[in-house]
Amino acid sequence: MAIETLVLGAGQEVGKSCVVVNINGKRIMFDCGMHMGYTDHRRFPDFSLISPSGNFNDALSCIIITHFHLDHVGALVYFTEVCGYRGPVYMTYPTKALSPLMLEDFRKMVDRRGEEEQFTSEHIAECMKKVIAVDLKQTVQVDEDLQIRAYYAGHVIGAAMFYVKVGDAEMVYTGDYNMTPDRHLGAAQIDRLRLDLLITESTYATTIRDSKYAREREFLKAVHKCVSGGGKVLIPTFALGRAQELCILLDDYWERMNLKVPIYFSSGLTIQANMYYKMLISWTSQKIKDTYSTHSAFDFKNVHKFDKSIIDAPGPCVLFATPGMIRGGLSLEVFKHWAPSEKNLVTLPGYCVVGTVGHKLTSGKPTKIDTDPDTQIDVRCQIHQLAFSPHTDSKGIMDLVKFLSPKHVMLVHGEKPKMASLKERIHSELGIPCYTPANNETVSIPSTHYVNAEASDTFIRNCLNPNFTFRKCNSVDTCNSTLIDRNLTPELQVEDERVVDGVLVMENNKKAKIVQRDELLLMLDEKKHEV
Amino acid sequence: MKFTCLSKGSGFHFPPCHMLNFCGIRILFDCPLDLSGLMAFSPIPTSLDALLFEESNNNEKRHKIEDLLDAKSLIFAEPWYKTVNNLHLWNASLIDVILISSPMGIMGLPFLTRRKGLSAKIYVTEASARLGQLMMEDLVSMHAEFRQFYGPEESNFPPWLRQEELEILPSVLKDILLGKDGVESGGWTPMYSAADVKDCILKIDTVNYAQEVCYNGTLVIKAFSCGVEIGSCNWILDGPKGDIAYLSSSCFFSAHTMTFDYRSLQGTSSLIYSDFSSLSDAQDIEDGDNNSDPTSDTLLPLSFQDMDESSLNSDENLEEKEKLVFICSCAIECVKDGGSVLIPINRLGTILQLLEEMTTSLEASAMEVPIYIISSVAEELLALLNIIPEWLCKQRQERLFAGEPLFAHVKLQKEKKIHVVPNIHSHQLLMNWQEPCIVFCPHWSLRIGPVVHLLRRWCGDPKSLLILEDIVNPELALLPFKPVAMKVLQCLFPSGIGLQKVQPLLKTLQPKTVMFPEDLRLKTSFSCEKSFSVSYYTEAEPLKVSCQKDSSELKIAADLASQFYWKTFKKEGINVTRLKGNLLMENGRHHLLLDNNKKTSESNSSLVRCGLADYNKLLPALSEMGINASIEIVKDDVESQNVCLVHTKEPYKALIEIGNTSTVITTADANVASILYKAIDNILDGV
Repeated sequence: MAIETLVLGAGQEVGKSCVVVNINGKRIMFDCGMHMGYTDHRRFPDFSLISPSGNFNDALSCIIITHFHLDHVGALVYFTEVCGYRGPVYMTYPTKALSPLMLEDFRKMVDRRGEEEQFTSEHIAECMKKVIAVDLKQTVQVDEDLQIRAYYAGHVIGAAMFYVKVGDAEMVYTGDYNMTPDRHLGAAQIDRLRLDLLITESTYATTIRDSKYAREREFLKAVHKCVSGGGKVLIPTFALGRAQELCILLDDYWERMNLKVPIYFSSGLTIQANMYYKMLISWTSQKIKDTYSTHSAFDFKNVHKFDKSIIDAPGPCVLFATPGMIRGGLSLEVFKHWAPSEKNLVTLPGYCVVGTVGHKLTSGKPTKIDTDPDTQIDVRCQIHQLAFSPHTDSKGIMDLVKFLSPKHVMLVHGEKPKMASLKERIHSELGIPCYTPANNETVSIPSTHYVNAEASDTFIRNCLNPNFTFRKCNSVDTCNSTLIDRNLTPELQVEDERVVDGVLVMENNKKAKIVQRDELLLMLDEKKHEV
Repeated sequence: MKFTCLSKGSGFHFPPCHMLNFCGIRILFDCPLDLSGLMAFSPIPTSLDALLFEESNNNEKRHKIEDLLDAKSLIFAEPWYKTVNNLHLWNASLIDVILISSPMGIMGLPFLTRRKGLSAKIYVTEASARLGQLMMEDLVSMHAEFRQFYGPEESNFPPWLRQEELEILPSVLKDILLGKDGVESGGWTPMYSAADVKDCILKIDTVNYAQEVCYNGTLVIKAFSCGVEIGSCNWILDGPKGDIAYLSSSCFFSAHTMTFDYRSLQGTSSLIYSDFSSLSDAQDIEDGDNNSDPTSDTLLPLSFQDMDESSLNSDENLEEKEKLVFICSCAIECVKDGGSVLIPINRLGTILQLLEEMTTSLEASAMEVPIYIISSVAEELLALLNIIPEWLCKQRQERLFAGEPLFAHVKLQKEKKIHVVPNIHSHQLLMNWQEPCIVFCPHWSLRIGPVVHLLRRWCGDPKSLLILEDIVNPELALLPFKPVAMKVLQCLFPSGIGLQKVQPLLKTLQPKTVMFPEDLRLKTSFSCEKSFSVSYYTEAEPLKVSCQKDSSELKIAADLASQFYWKTFKKEGINVTRLKGNLLMENGRHHLLLDNNKKTSESNSSLVRCGLADYNKLLPALSEMGINASIEIVKDDVESQNVCLVHTKEPYKALIEIGNTSTVITTADANVASILYKAIDNILDGV
């Protein structure tokens, strides 16, 4: 028996997560993402590797989506509506609620850019109808042999790690996860399981991060300094996740410091998303959950609706603008207006992809930036980079691997050189074989298999008989050993090793049966022969 | 497996309570409270009532006036609460697991958790625990009013439970206090405190629907939605000796909570049927629903798979909708006339639907009538309802995906169409109070809570309307408020499996044995072609049901199995091997894993030998080893058996005595003995 893993995306890279696993004849696709860095065929995973004939319904048992980020769900609509997959799709409640927002936002952006549309709004709606929402820890019986279960991952709201069991083979696909709680989400949580395979993300395979508290304070200080100097703060961010986290932070701070400077959300999307967050409060952190009845944390008191006239209006303000990384859209437009003034501040939370304005700002201290061949912007404003990331660091990955102690580990969703060094660590420190397949590669590992047998009552009862062995420490030893040692080893050691003599009997055309030795003679209809 | 029904309960608010001994684990299902017992007590007396009360107390000799029931015959004291009497016969510390199936089933739990020595694991669905906590907190805060009025209790034993006091009570009240058999007085206990509730909640383990939890490695427990109330559930217990489903009251249709997930209960070997709702339904004459309508008759022989799911639900759905519309039209009619509407209903589903229906009807008729919700926990409850989409029905979940609030009350609260206040004298209520109005408030027993004060205000007003829940004795409920001039409407909503559906349901679930209530035996006739055996149970009588399997499953790791050394017995074609490994109990299954510990792999000698030691084989075997031997056959007189003596001379001297069941080697040298032992071992079938 073996588990075959075909990596269609996020193999030695970050983007278009998609892994197809074949366990005991069941094929499960984990995530169905798109690559944001490409606009050609490389944007989607190469689905033809799953089934050359294009008959995906027979080739796959189900699809599991871990969270609503486009690099995990972006290709789903294309796969179900254009490629024609009709089978079940599983995701958590928040993922099902928020994925359409992300997909619709992406579709609009493609539309604006005038690129070819891969799917329509109707496609998104049709696709979401096929999705089966699951709750955390709920054991879902996909079919008679296939069981799946979601565990809290803490990466974004609704993010989940998925456990899959087929027959005796068990595995976990983590998706993206975070081992430390943040402002609005808890830390990842999972049971101790007996796994054959663990597929984990490895975005920060080599980084170890310090306490978040210091970084938060630094961020608040920078923002406060800017607005008290009459400056404007631009926070380019994506609509979901980071925006809510930072806004909880700011709103709280505003309250405490009694600040009256307005905070704006640029997109209707963020405001719409807050609506969802309010209903999904049970998926956030314990602290937020506890206050739901008196005051919902997502009812921001100081947040106002944004209007384009605000861009050039005098006076300080804080603006959350989409998209993140100043990749275009409103965040770029506002940046053009605000960058030339040294009073203003641009705060960049999280990772910026190469080629974006955000990346240029964070690498070196540019004074001039070319946004397109004709425009050049003078950059005189303050730049603040926030190392907030909802991904686990290398310590977190190691902790999880150690906790689960699977028989095999596979790394995806990371950069190749960093993955190689983590692979080495897992292998040497934990002694677990580790793999880092590239895209379109297949890895096969052996899986656990049990042979079923029946056990008779007498056998089981005998197993429960206590079998104490008492060992007295040699008094000479005790005298010779040091004082500390004596405290550690008690004089009387009691062991309870329960031993029973069992015999496995296989009769023709019958199930294997385990019996206690006395029962064997009965079964064989023979008399005992003592020697 | 032993099953004891401790109480069959009554109605929606008092679910049944059972004890089950399964795989050696004692499991208690639910710990409810019979709140209808409150009706034996008088509500908080008004100053006028208080005078009467004094008077009756001074008037020392109260006589027993048979069946002449009036407000004065009620008990004027701080009420006690009626728990399941039979539960007190059990030593709480012997309970291993407590499973709570609904928010109603948790109401009596603090009485149990505050007892010393309770070490049971308590599993409750998360939603049931949160709703249950709110309901208990509400009860405690409503009860506080009594405590304020009567002051601290003087003795541990209340005067009204004394024999001489009980004697003079009217029979209706006596029945409540002592039960029909007159033995239930032990079930009464004084109220728990807010601290007890908090403590109880801390001892609970919460689960989600379909989440597997494992008790002690042996019993895997899973909850599945049953559709009666938010968080309410049926259970599946899976142990090494088989599995069992516990079916509590279940609804195929619900407008608020997740509906009955019967598919997940399919295929268990036994099933405990514990839906007594049809018992009370059928007793009610007013309720015309049980008159079998033509559609349900045709359903009988079918199993659910054959039917269209929507057709199954639409009947109930339509019926319920009609009732709601009717109630609302009555209410609107009433407020149009200038009367107020009082709705002391505690069933969440009914409240929520009435609220939504009521506001739309009000809007449609262009009326501006305030709706008040008065309860100490109402605000938190309404906020809670909007953040638990995972526990709600499909239609509500669709609202989440569409980004709309799950229930209309969020919007209504914002628009100030409904006012939510903690109690009747809260400032916010006094400021906004306006009549006519519509008020939702607890408690359905009409003895505690804001309803008492409002009922006193309106009971004489013929224009006002009181909407009651399905109460067994509405006459008694209204007793303290007599004469009642206001209109009273009692509404019944189904809260269980209809009788016609029992058989097709069981057919679909395909259990092998069913434990069925004796009380429902006559109402349901299982057709002769049934595929399962039925055992009937009655209250307080243990029922023994044999376990399905006499052996348990054991899984052997493949790497271990490949190391087995098989021995074949010639005669019977049986293969035998000895086992060596680590035995592990996990998730209700035994596992045998490869053991790398060298220490345990010492003994190599055969465990058991059988067959006959054939001397004809022994001689060649010995001579192969270079041992000469001679045979002598002796007849044993005592046992009349043939005993074969083998004498060996060269190179060792020994005597081997071979009998039918034993062989004895006699020699002076231990080495010689072990050599001969091996030789004999080889010719015997050993394991």
